[in-house]
Amino acid sequence: MKVAFTTSGTTLDSPMDPRFGRAAGYIIYDMDTDTVEAVDNRQVLNSAHGAGIQAAEAIVRFGAKSVVTGHCGPNAHRALSAAGVRIYTTQAPTVAEALEAYRAGALATLNSADVDGHWS
Amino acid sequence: MIISVASGKGGTGKTTVSVNLARTIGAGVQLLDCDVEEPNAHLFLKGREIGSDIVTIPIPTVDESLCDGCGECGRLCRYHAIVSFGSAPLVFPDLCHGCGGCALVCPRGAIRETGKRIGVVETRDADGITLIQGRLDIGVAMAPPLIRAVKSRLNREKTAILDAPPGTSCPVIATVRGSDFVVLVTEPTPFGLHDLGLAIEMIREIAVPFGVVVNRMGAGDDRVHRFCRDEGVPILLEIPDDRRIAEAYSRGELMVDALPDYTDHFATLMWNIRDFRNSGGK
Repeated sequence: MKVAFTTSGTTLDSPMDPRFGRAAGYIIYDMDTDTVEAVDNRQVLNSAHGAGIQAAEAIVRFGAKSVVTGHCGPNAHRALSAAGVRIYTTQAPTVAEALEAYRAGALATLNSADVDGHWS
Repeated sequence: MIISVASGKGGTGKTTVSVNLARTIGAGVQLLDCDVEEPNAHLFLKGREIGSDIVTIPIPTVDESLCDGCGECGRLCRYHAIVSFGSAPLVFPDLCHGCGGCALVCPRGAIRETGKRIGVVETRDADGITLIQGRLDIGVAMAPPLIRAVKSRLNREKTAILDAPPGTSCPVIATVRGSDFVVLVTEPTPFGLHDLGLAIEMIREIAVPFGVVVNRMGAGDDRVHRFCRDEGVPILLEIPDDRRIAEAYSRGELMVDALPDYTDHFATLMWNIRDFRNSGGK
Protein backbone atom coordinates (compact mmCIF):
# COMPACT_ATOMS: atom_id res chain seq x y z
CA MET A 1 0.00 0.00 0.00
CA LYS A 2 1.15 3.51 -0.85
CA VAL A 3 1.10 6.46 1.54
CA ALA A 4 1.56 10.09 0.46
CA PHE A 5 3.43 12.57 2.70
CA THR A 6 3.32 16.32 2.07
CA THR A 7 6.85 17.71 1.99
CA SER A 8 8.97 20.65 0.91
CA GLY A 9 11.78 18.32 -0.21
CA THR A 10 12.40 15.13 -2.14
CA THR A 11 13.81 12.63 0.38
CA LEU A 12 12.75 10.98 3.62
CA ASP A 13 14.97 13.44 5.52
CA SER A 14 13.05 16.39 4.05
CA PRO A 15 10.79 18.56 6.21
CA MET A 16 7.05 17.88 6.24
CA ASP A 17 4.98 20.59 4.54
CA PRO A 18 1.90 21.27 6.72
CA ARG A 19 -0.21 22.21 3.66
CA PHE A 20 -1.94 19.58 1.56
CA GLY A 21 -3.10 21.14 -1.73
CA ARG A 22 -0.37 23.73 -1.77
CA ALA A 23 2.46 21.54 -0.51
CA ALA A 24 5.68 21.96 -2.49
CA GLY A 25 5.61 18.23 -3.25
CA TYR A 26 4.77 14.73 -2.10
CA ILE A 27 6.68 11.66 -1.15
CA ILE A 28 4.80 8.54 -2.13
CA TYR A 29 6.04 5.73 0.08
CA ASP A 30 5.29 2.14 -0.89
CA MET A 31 4.90 0.18 2.37
CA ASP A 32 5.20 -3.18 0.58
CA THR A 33 8.46 -2.53 -1.23
CA ASP A 34 9.90 0.28 0.94
CA THR A 35 10.46 2.45 -2.12
CA VAL A 36 10.17 6.21 -2.33
CA GLU A 37 8.86 8.36 -5.15
CA ALA A 38 9.11 12.18 -5.04
CA VAL A 39 6.40 14.20 -6.80
CA ASP A 40 6.69 17.90 -7.64
CA ASN A 41 3.51 19.88 -6.89
CA ARG A 42 4.70 23.37 -7.91
CA GLN A 43 2.29 23.66 -10.81
CA VAL A 44 -0.73 23.00 -8.57
CA LEU A 45 0.78 25.12 -5.79
CA ASN A 46 0.67 28.16 -8.07
CA SER A 47 -2.87 27.72 -9.36
CA ALA A 48 -5.34 30.36 -8.22
CA HIS A 49 -8.14 28.02 -7.22
CA GLY A 50 -8.80 24.33 -6.79
CA ALA A 51 -5.35 23.33 -5.52
CA GLY A 52 -6.78 20.88 -2.97
CA ILE A 53 -8.91 19.13 -5.58
CA GLN A 54 -6.07 18.87 -8.08
CA ALA A 55 -3.74 17.55 -5.41
CA ALA A 56 -6.35 14.95 -4.41
CA GLU A 57 -6.63 13.88 -8.05
CA ALA A 58 -2.83 13.50 -8.20
CA ILE A 59 -2.75 11.43 -4.99
CA VAL A 60 -5.37 9.08 -6.47
CA ARG A 61 -3.45 8.91 -9.76
CA PHE A 62 -0.32 7.79 -7.87
CA GLY A 63 -2.32 5.09 -6.17
CA ALA A 64 -1.87 6.29 -2.58
CA LYS A 65 -4.56 5.10 -0.17
CA SER A 66 -3.52 7.34 2.73
CA VAL A 67 -2.26 10.90 3.06
CA VAL A 68 -0.15 12.19 5.93
CA THR A 69 -0.15 15.97 6.18
CA GLY A 70 -0.47 18.88 8.60
CA HIS A 71 -3.84 20.35 7.66
CA CYS A 72 -6.54 19.76 5.11
CA GLY A 73 -9.09 22.24 3.68
CA PRO A 74 -12.75 21.53 2.85
CA ASN A 75 -12.48 20.87 -0.90
CA ALA A 76 -9.45 18.62 -0.51
CA HIS A 77 -11.10 16.73 2.33
CA ARG A 78 -14.28 16.19 0.30
CA ALA A 79 -12.34 14.98 -2.75
CA LEU A 80 -9.99 12.66 -0.81
CA SER A 81 -12.88 11.18 1.18
CA ALA A 82 -14.89 10.55 -2.00
CA ALA A 83 -11.88 8.74 -3.44
CA GLY A 84 -11.59 6.60 -0.31
CA VAL A 85 -8.24 8.06 0.74
CA ARG A 86 -7.66 8.22 4.52
CA ILE A 87 -6.23 11.48 5.86
CA TYR A 88 -3.84 11.51 8.82
CA THR A 89 -2.48 14.57 10.55
CA THR A 90 0.88 15.03 12.17
CA GLN A 91 3.24 17.70 13.45
CA ALA A 92 6.31 15.55 12.85
CA PRO A 93 9.15 17.71 11.51
CA THR A 94 10.40 15.31 8.83
CA VAL A 95 8.90 12.74 6.49
CA ALA A 96 10.95 9.97 8.13
CA GLU A 97 9.51 10.80 11.56
CA ALA A 98 5.98 11.02 10.15
CA LEU A 99 6.48 7.64 8.49
CA GLU A 100 7.67 6.16 11.75
CA ALA A 101 4.58 7.48 13.56
CA TYR A 102 2.36 6.18 10.76
CA ARG A 103 3.91 2.71 11.05
CA ALA A 104 3.41 2.80 14.82
CA GLY A 105 -0.27 3.63 14.30
CA ALA A 106 0.28 6.81 16.32
CA LEU A 107 -1.33 9.27 13.88
CA ALA A 108 -4.80 10.77 14.29
CA THR A 109 -7.19 10.59 11.35
CA LEU A 110 -8.76 13.80 10.13
CA ASN A 111 -12.48 13.17 9.85
CA SER A 112 -13.32 16.69 8.64
CA ALA A 113 -11.47 19.68 7.25
CA ASP A 114 -9.50 21.46 9.97
CA VAL A 115 -8.76 24.69 8.06
CA ASP A 116 -10.56 26.91 5.51
CA GLY A 117 -9.55 26.94 1.88
CA HIS A 118 -6.53 29.18 1.07
CA TRP A 119 -5.51 29.06 4.75
CA SER A 120 -1.82 29.69 4.15
CA MET B 1 -20.04 54.29 -29.14
CA ILE B 2 -18.87 52.26 -26.14
CA ILE B 3 -16.19 53.94 -24.03
CA SER B 4 -14.56 51.96 -21.20
CA VAL B 5 -12.86 53.79 -18.34
CA ALA B 6 -10.13 51.62 -16.86
CA SER B 7 -6.83 51.92 -14.97
CA GLY B 8 -4.16 49.65 -13.70
CA LYS B 9 -3.92 51.19 -10.26
CA GLY B 10 -7.03 51.56 -8.12
CA GLY B 11 -8.12 54.93 -6.79
CA THR B 12 -6.85 56.96 -9.76
CA GLY B 13 -10.26 58.40 -10.61
CA LYS B 14 -12.12 55.98 -12.91
CA THR B 15 -15.47 56.68 -11.30
CA THR B 16 -14.80 60.44 -11.19
CA VAL B 17 -14.09 60.44 -14.93
CA SER B 18 -17.03 58.09 -15.70
CA VAL B 19 -19.75 59.96 -13.83
CA ASN B 20 -18.59 63.41 -14.89
CA LEU B 21 -18.28 62.34 -18.50
CA ALA B 22 -21.78 60.84 -18.32
CA ARG B 23 -23.22 64.08 -16.88
CA THR B 24 -21.41 66.12 -19.53
CA ILE B 25 -22.86 64.01 -22.36
CA GLY B 26 -26.21 64.29 -20.59
CA ALA B 27 -29.62 62.67 -20.94
CA GLY B 28 -29.76 59.52 -23.06
CA VAL B 29 -26.26 58.31 -22.17
CA GLN B 30 -25.83 54.96 -20.41
CA LEU B 31 -23.37 54.45 -17.58
CA LEU B 32 -22.54 50.83 -16.78
CA ASP B 33 -20.85 50.30 -13.42
CA CYS B 34 -18.89 47.12 -14.11
CA ASP B 35 -16.94 47.29 -10.85
CA VAL B 36 -19.41 44.73 -9.51
CA GLU B 37 -17.42 43.97 -6.36
CA GLU B 38 -17.89 47.53 -5.15
CA PRO B 39 -20.17 49.56 -7.45
CA ASN B 40 -20.06 53.24 -6.47
CA ALA B 41 -21.31 55.32 -9.44
CA HIS B 42 -24.75 55.42 -7.77
CA LEU B 43 -23.26 57.52 -4.95
CA PHE B 44 -22.79 60.34 -7.47
CA LEU B 45 -25.70 59.71 -9.86
CA LYS B 46 -28.46 59.16 -7.35
CA GLY B 47 -31.73 58.93 -9.27
CA ARG B 48 -34.32 56.22 -8.68
CA GLU B 49 -34.27 52.49 -9.22
CA ILE B 50 -36.31 51.30 -12.21
CA GLY B 51 -35.42 47.63 -12.21
CA SER B 52 -33.47 44.85 -10.51
CA ASP B 53 -32.77 41.36 -11.88
CA ILE B 54 -31.16 38.35 -10.25
CA VAL B 55 -28.23 36.92 -12.21
CA THR B 56 -27.35 33.23 -12.07
CA ILE B 57 -24.69 31.02 -13.59
CA PRO B 58 -25.42 27.46 -14.66
CA ILE B 59 -23.78 24.81 -12.49
CA PRO B 60 -23.94 21.05 -13.00
CA THR B 61 -26.27 18.70 -11.14
CA VAL B 62 -25.52 15.01 -11.55
CA ASP B 63 -28.21 12.35 -11.79
CA GLU B 64 -26.38 9.51 -10.03
CA SER B 65 -28.79 6.89 -11.39
CA LEU B 66 -27.59 7.68 -14.93
CA CYS B 67 -23.87 8.27 -14.18
CA ASP B 68 -21.50 5.36 -14.82
CA GLY B 69 -18.45 7.14 -13.40
CA CYS B 70 -16.61 7.42 -16.72
CA GLY B 71 -14.96 10.70 -15.63
CA GLU B 72 -15.29 12.56 -18.97
CA CYS B 73 -16.73 15.60 -17.14
CA GLY B 74 -13.77 15.85 -14.79
CA ARG B 75 -11.24 15.48 -17.60
CA LEU B 76 -12.87 18.37 -19.47
CA CYS B 77 -13.12 20.82 -16.58
CA ARG B 78 -9.97 22.92 -16.38
CA TYR B 79 -11.17 24.54 -13.14
CA HIS B 80 -11.55 21.17 -11.36
CA ALA B 81 -15.10 22.16 -10.44
CA ILE B 82 -16.28 18.63 -11.20
CA VAL B 83 -14.17 15.56 -10.46
CA SER B 84 -14.82 11.87 -10.62
CA PHE B 85 -12.94 9.05 -8.90
CA GLY B 86 -14.61 6.27 -10.80
CA SER B 87 -17.99 6.95 -9.24
CA ALA B 88 -20.57 9.72 -9.51
CA PRO B 89 -18.63 13.02 -9.72
CA LEU B 90 -18.27 15.63 -7.01
CA VAL B 91 -19.29 19.18 -7.92
CA PHE B 92 -17.57 22.22 -6.40
CA PRO B 93 -19.98 25.09 -7.26
CA ASP B 94 -17.61 27.85 -6.11
CA LEU B 95 -15.05 26.82 -8.71
CA CYS B 96 -17.54 26.43 -11.58
CA HIS B 97 -17.33 29.03 -14.34
CA GLY B 98 -20.69 27.94 -15.79
CA CYS B 99 -19.40 26.95 -19.24
CA GLY B 100 -21.72 23.94 -19.51
CA GLY B 101 -18.98 21.76 -21.02
CA CYS B 102 -19.47 18.89 -18.55
CA ALA B 103 -23.14 18.50 -19.54
CA LEU B 104 -22.14 18.49 -23.21
CA VAL B 105 -19.47 15.80 -22.93
CA CYS B 106 -21.41 13.49 -20.60
CA PRO B 107 -22.15 10.42 -22.77
CA ARG B 108 -25.01 9.32 -20.52
CA GLY B 109 -26.83 12.65 -20.31
CA ALA B 110 -26.51 12.45 -16.54
CA ILE B 111 -25.62 16.14 -16.05
CA ARG B 112 -28.12 18.97 -16.24
CA GLU B 113 -27.54 22.59 -15.36
CA THR B 114 -29.22 24.52 -12.59
CA GLY B 115 -28.91 28.22 -11.83
CA LYS B 116 -26.75 29.44 -8.97
CA ARG B 117 -27.30 33.05 -7.94
CA ILE B 118 -24.18 35.26 -8.11
CA GLY B 119 -25.62 38.78 -7.84
CA VAL B 120 -28.03 41.36 -9.21
CA VAL B 121 -28.14 43.90 -12.01
CA GLU B 122 -29.86 47.14 -10.99
CA THR B 123 -31.06 49.80 -13.41
CA ARG B 124 -31.48 53.38 -12.23
CA ASP B 125 -32.54 56.61 -13.88
CA ALA B 126 -30.62 59.73 -12.87
CA ASP B 127 -31.94 62.77 -14.74
CA GLY B 128 -32.08 60.92 -18.04
CA ILE B 129 -28.79 59.06 -17.51
CA THR B 130 -29.42 55.31 -17.39
CA LEU B 131 -27.20 53.79 -14.73
CA ILE B 132 -26.86 50.01 -14.96
CA GLN B 133 -24.85 48.44 -12.17
CA GLY B 134 -23.90 44.94 -11.15
CA ARG B 135 -23.70 43.97 -7.51
CA LEU B 136 -21.91 40.71 -6.80
CA ASP B 137 -23.22 38.72 -3.85
CA ILE B 138 -20.99 38.57 -0.78
CA GLY B 139 -18.75 35.51 -0.88
CA VAL B 140 -18.95 35.07 -4.66
CA ALA B 141 -15.52 35.17 -6.30
CA MET B 142 -16.47 35.23 -9.97
CA ALA B 143 -17.19 38.69 -11.38
CA PRO B 144 -17.04 38.19 -15.20
CA PRO B 145 -20.42 36.45 -15.66
CA LEU B 146 -22.12 39.30 -13.77
CA ILE B 147 -20.19 41.90 -15.78
CA ARG B 148 -21.39 40.22 -18.98
CA ALA B 149 -24.96 40.35 -17.62
CA VAL B 150 -24.55 44.10 -17.00
CA LYS B 151 -23.22 44.59 -20.53
CA SER B 152 -26.05 42.55 -22.06
CA ARG B 153 -28.42 45.37 -20.99
CA LEU B 154 -26.49 47.91 -23.06
CA ASN B 155 -28.36 49.64 -25.89
CA ARG B 156 -25.88 49.90 -28.76
CA GLU B 157 -27.86 52.72 -30.37
CA LYS B 158 -26.78 55.07 -27.59
CA THR B 159 -23.45 56.13 -26.15
CA ALA B 160 -22.34 53.93 -23.24
CA ILE B 161 -19.65 54.55 -20.63
CA LEU B 162 -18.32 51.46 -18.84
CA ASP B 163 -16.71 52.06 -15.45
CA ALA B 164 -14.24 49.15 -15.15
CA PRO B 165 -12.79 47.55 -12.02
CA PRO B 166 -9.11 48.30 -11.31
CA GLY B 167 -6.30 45.98 -12.29
CA THR B 168 -5.63 44.00 -15.46
CA SER B 169 -7.28 40.64 -14.77
CA CYS B 170 -10.41 38.82 -16.00
CA PRO B 171 -13.03 41.32 -14.68
CA VAL B 172 -11.29 44.21 -16.47
CA ILE B 173 -10.97 42.25 -19.70
CA ALA B 174 -14.64 41.19 -19.46
CA THR B 175 -15.49 44.91 -19.20
CA VAL B 176 -13.32 46.47 -21.90
CA ARG B 177 -13.65 43.72 -24.52
CA GLY B 178 -15.93 44.94 -27.32
CA SER B 179 -15.42 48.62 -26.48
CA ASP B 180 -14.73 51.16 -29.19
CA PHE B 181 -12.34 53.13 -27.02
CA VAL B 182 -10.64 52.79 -23.63
CA VAL B 183 -9.80 55.74 -21.38
CA LEU B 184 -6.98 54.80 -18.99
CA VAL B 185 -6.99 56.98 -15.89
CA THR B 186 -3.67 57.34 -14.10
CA GLU B 187 -1.85 59.63 -11.71
CA PRO B 188 1.64 61.10 -12.11
CA THR B 189 3.25 58.89 -9.45
CA PRO B 190 5.59 55.88 -9.69
CA PHE B 191 2.68 53.58 -8.78
CA GLY B 192 0.41 55.19 -11.35
CA LEU B 193 3.07 54.85 -14.02
CA HIS B 194 3.89 51.23 -13.20
CA ASP B 195 0.27 50.08 -13.34
CA LEU B 196 -0.43 52.22 -16.41
CA GLY B 197 2.28 50.23 -18.18
CA LEU B 198 0.54 46.95 -17.27
CA ALA B 199 -2.85 48.31 -18.36
CA ILE B 200 -1.46 49.44 -21.73
CA GLU B 201 0.06 46.00 -22.32
CA MET B 202 -3.35 44.44 -21.66
CA ILE B 203 -5.27 46.87 -23.89
CA ARG B 204 -2.80 46.40 -26.74
CA GLU B 205 -3.32 42.64 -26.45
CA ILE B 206 -7.06 43.00 -27.03
CA ALA B 207 -6.48 45.69 -29.68
CA VAL B 208 -8.85 48.47 -28.61
CA PRO B 209 -7.81 52.11 -29.25
CA PHE B 210 -6.98 53.98 -26.06
CA GLY B 211 -5.81 57.24 -24.55
CA VAL B 212 -4.78 58.45 -21.11
CA VAL B 213 -6.31 60.82 -18.56
CA VAL B 214 -3.80 62.11 -16.01
CA ASN B 215 -5.54 62.86 -12.72
CA ARG B 216 -4.05 64.91 -9.84
CA MET B 217 -1.69 66.78 -12.14
CA GLY B 218 0.97 68.49 -10.08
CA ALA B 219 0.97 65.87 -7.33
CA GLY B 220 3.89 63.89 -8.68
CA ASP B 221 6.47 64.15 -11.45
CA ASP B 222 6.58 64.12 -15.26
CA ARG B 223 7.41 60.43 -15.79
CA VAL B 224 3.89 59.49 -16.90
CA HIS B 225 4.06 62.23 -19.53
CA ARG B 226 7.50 61.14 -20.71
CA PHE B 227 6.32 57.53 -20.89
CA CYS B 228 3.25 58.47 -22.96
CA ARG B 229 5.36 60.59 -25.30
CA ASP B 230 7.87 57.75 -25.82
CA GLU B 231 5.10 55.18 -26.36
CA GLY B 232 3.06 57.44 -28.65
CA VAL B 233 0.07 57.32 -26.30
CA PRO B 234 -2.24 60.36 -26.48
CA ILE B 235 -3.01 62.26 -23.27
CA LEU B 236 -6.67 63.18 -23.61
CA LEU B 237 -7.14 65.23 -20.44
CA GLU B 238 -5.28 66.46 -17.38
CA ILE B 239 -7.20 67.02 -14.13
CA PRO B 240 -5.32 69.20 -11.64
CA ASP B 241 -4.59 68.17 -8.05
CA ASP B 242 -7.28 70.50 -6.71
CA ARG B 243 -8.47 70.09 -3.12
CA ARG B 244 -11.95 71.33 -4.10
CA ILE B 245 -12.36 68.23 -6.32
CA ALA B 246 -11.66 65.90 -3.39
CA GLU B 247 -14.05 67.87 -1.18
CA ALA B 248 -16.87 67.63 -3.75
CA TYR B 249 -16.15 63.90 -4.17
CA SER B 250 -16.33 63.32 -0.42
CA ARG B 251 -19.81 64.89 -0.43
CA GLY B 252 -20.93 62.66 -3.30
CA GLU B 253 -21.12 65.62 -5.67
CA LEU B 254 -20.20 65.62 -9.32
CA MET B 255 -17.23 67.78 -10.22
CA VAL B 256 -19.06 69.35 -13.14
CA ASP B 257 -21.97 70.32 -10.83
CA ALA B 258 -19.98 71.55 -7.83
CA LEU B 259 -17.16 73.17 -9.81
CA PRO B 260 -18.58 74.45 -13.11
CA ASP B 261 -15.13 75.60 -14.25
CA TYR B 262 -14.38 71.90 -14.90
CA THR B 263 -17.31 71.33 -17.27
CA ASP B 264 -15.11 72.25 -20.22
CA HIS B 265 -12.57 69.60 -19.20
CA PHE B 266 -15.00 66.76 -19.78
CA ALA B 267 -16.43 68.30 -22.95
CA THR B 268 -12.83 68.43 -24.18
CA LEU B 269 -12.29 64.79 -23.19
CA MET B 270 -15.33 63.69 -25.21
CA TRP B 271 -14.20 65.85 -28.11
CA ASN B 272 -10.69 64.34 -27.96
CA ILE B 273 -12.06 60.78 -27.95
CA ARG B 274 -14.26 61.47 -31.00
CA ASP B 275 -11.43 63.28 -32.73
CA PHE B 276 -8.98 60.45 -32.04
CA ARG B 277 -11.44 57.88 -33.38
CA ASN B 278 -12.36 59.91 -36.45
CA SER B 279 -8.70 60.38 -37.33
CA GLY B 280 -8.17 56.61 -37.08
CA GLY B 281 -5.81 57.07 -34.14
CA LYS B 282 -3.27 59.12 -36.10
